[in-house]
Amino acid sequence: MGTPLLELRGINKSFGPVQVLRDVAFTVQPGEVTALVGDNGAGKSTLVKCIGGIYPIDSGDYLIEGKQVSVHSPRDAAQLGVEIVYQDLALCDNLDIVQNMFLGRERRSGMILDEPTMEQLASETLASLSVRTVKSVRQQVSSLSGGQRQTVAIAKAVLWNSKLVILDEPTAALGVAQTAQVLELVRRLADNGLAVVLISHNMNDVFAVSDRIAALYLGRMAAQVKTTDVTHAQVVELITSGRSGALGLAEEGAAA
Amino acid sequence: MSAVTKEPATAVAPQAARDEGILGYLRGYGQKVRGGDMGALPAVLGLLVLCVVFGLARPVFLTAPNFANLLTQAGPVVVIAMGLVFVLLLGEIDLSAGYTSGVCAAVLAIMLTTHGYPWYVGVAAALATGLVIGLLLGFLVAKVGIPSFVVTLAAFLGFQGTVLWLLDEGTNISVRDSVIISLENEYLSPAVGWGLAAVTVLGFAAVQLIQQRNRRRRGLKADLWQVVAFRVIGLAVLVGFAVAILNQERSRNPLFSLKGVPIIVPVVGVLLLLWTFVLRRTAYGRHIYAVGGNKEAARRAGIAVDRIRISAFVICSSMAAVGGVLLASQARSVDPNTGGSNVLLYAVAAAVIGGTSLFGGKGRVLDAVLGGLVITMIINGMGLVGWSSAYKYIATGVVLLLAASVDAFSRRRAAASS
Ligand SMILES: Nc1ncnc2c1ncn2[C@@H]1O[C@H](COP(=O)(O)OP(=O)(O)OP(=O)(O)O)[C@@H](O)[C@H]1O
Ligand SMILES: [Mg+2]
Repeated sequence: MGTPLLELRGINKSFGPVQVLRDVAFTVQPGEVTALVGDNGAGKSTLVKCIGGIYPIDSGDYLIEGKQVSVHSPRDAAQLGVEIVYQDLALCDNLDIVQNMFLGRERRSGMILDEPTMEQLASETLASLSVRTVKSVRQQVSSLSGGQRQTVAIAKAVLWNSKLVILDEPTAALGVAQTAQVLELVRRLADNGLAVVLISHNMNDVFAVSDRIAALYLGRMAAQVKTTDVTHAQVVELITSGRSGALGLAEEGAAA
Repeated sequence: MSAVTKEPATAVAPQAARDEGILGYLRGYGQKVRGGDMGALPAVLGLLVLCVVFGLARPVFLTAPNFANLLTQAGPVVVIAMGLVFVLLLGEIDLSAGYTSGVCAAVLAIMLTTHGYPWYVGVAAALATGLVIGLLLGFLVAKVGIPSFVVTLAAFLGFQGTVLWLLDEGTNISVRDSVIISLENEYLSPAVGWGLAAVTVLGFAAVQLIQQRNRRRRGLKADLWQVVAFRVIGLAVLVGFAVAILNQERSRNPLFSLKGVPIIVPVVGVLLLLWTFVLRRTAYGRHIYAVGGNKEAARRAGIAVDRIRISAFVICSSMAAVGGVLLASQARSVDPNTGGSNVLLYAVAAAVIGGTSLFGGKGRVLDAVLGGLVITMIINGMGLVGWSSAYKYIATGVVLLLAASVDAFSRRRAAASS
């Protein structure tokens, strides 16, 4: 196995007196889907927001392609090729698909927005992801279905030659068909060589698309394993108690 | 994964999704309106209805002299409303914009009349005052985190006092500078009026054609040529009609000629162009909409949200300063009431009637112009009909509520149809 695309070591993060992440280690390989699982409040979203530069980490190492980096803002993360599709969708309802995909990184010619180029690139990106469900890229995002919005959010993330795409519960609000669609898209990203992190509570989804599973338990990384090496039941156990047989955290006290 | 990859209702390839022809275009427009995106429709309908109602009640309403009056009367409200659009786009409000224009007008009058500076120094001082006020309001809202409603309500009181203080507890300073006075009281020669009309229409047509050609060249969906032609011809007819009326002789005194397009019209036109360009064609404008639509999404996209918010207040207060200059020009003087009483209410109403949402994220600078015309027609028409102030206040309040209801209604429609 080559150098991981993303490697985190000993990440700590507190909100005031509450320590949400404790000595977290996490690696992500290119060309793979890594599922990040854990109970509600385990700290998955917080970990992702730390990776994305929304929250500063208190301490720990953050490496991209083996190189130590420091990420202080969403811009820093984007510069490193890290793109995040947030649980609480970060789209502007009052803008159209193209405008959302290029938000904050608009193409310009001189002072003027280069709308034709942006529209063309957006269409091409959607086409390259075999997205056929949106009528027009000039549609307002408010008029899209949940699955379509998720698709736009994902397309936005891959527009930027990103190396790592992180999806926080992309299928949580979707129906069966739309979930399948989004999962297929997720798999396609990894097959295109991107590193993908997928957060999900749905074990079927996790086992359907992931190559590796990382389980967070109460802010600590319980285990990171190959999907083919574990069963549903073991993963559920890791999520609910932090341990499963030989896998997972050691007994209380020895862990820290 | 054995996935069902199609949503039957929307599974259409991007290229195949074009609604062909004029009918398709009209159907699309109908859908938009029913979905709550009514654009300029309510304001345009309002203008037509008002013309009919007041025209029937008082035929003088529809005469050339009254039309010219209406335009000069609308000037200050329209300009202040243009600035308010920026603040409203963020979902904020500036209740102090009226008295900001008063303060700036007082600064102008003091510079011109008390100190005898030339007009451009006075205007620069007024604009600088507006800019500083905007910075202060924006800082308090964006950095200190006080709701804009409270900040600008406090400023509303504070600036009312400031005007009094600047005018030594209520003296009236007259403004005699000919350049300032001309803004609201002079007219273009008929030839210049026609020239400007031609430049406007040809410029608009050129921009439209270049845009459509660029899109076609890139293989993107362009508007139907019929639609483009309709827009250009529509503008030409509108502008031509207006100039033809305004170039009629309005003076009853044979020794004295009064005709031409009021100077305020090209002034408002230039401001409209400038701010429309900023909002629709620059990244800054895009970011204003983004912050108004979803502040957190904007932040995550790397947009400096605080800076955008402060800048919107700066634009609003600076435009209020321009409005103050126009108020001073209109009254040929500045007194403690300049920018007071109804000015703010009219300006907010203008923006909202034009279609700018009070909830943020939706609005255009053109809304300020259309809504400002509606509001001014109501005021002007009620004056001609001879209604008392009591009824005028009540009617204006009702109109503002109506506009806000249309806004709330279209928002609900938009939410329901998504
Ligand atoms: N901004 C914040 N300030 C204080 N506490 C926070 C903040 N954000 C998250 N937390 C806390 O951190 C913990 C982890 O939250 P997080 O959102 O990361 O969980 P999660 O694993 O994503 O859960 P879910 O599956 O419900 O999305 C929770 O206890 C939460 O209350
Ligand atoms: Mg979460």
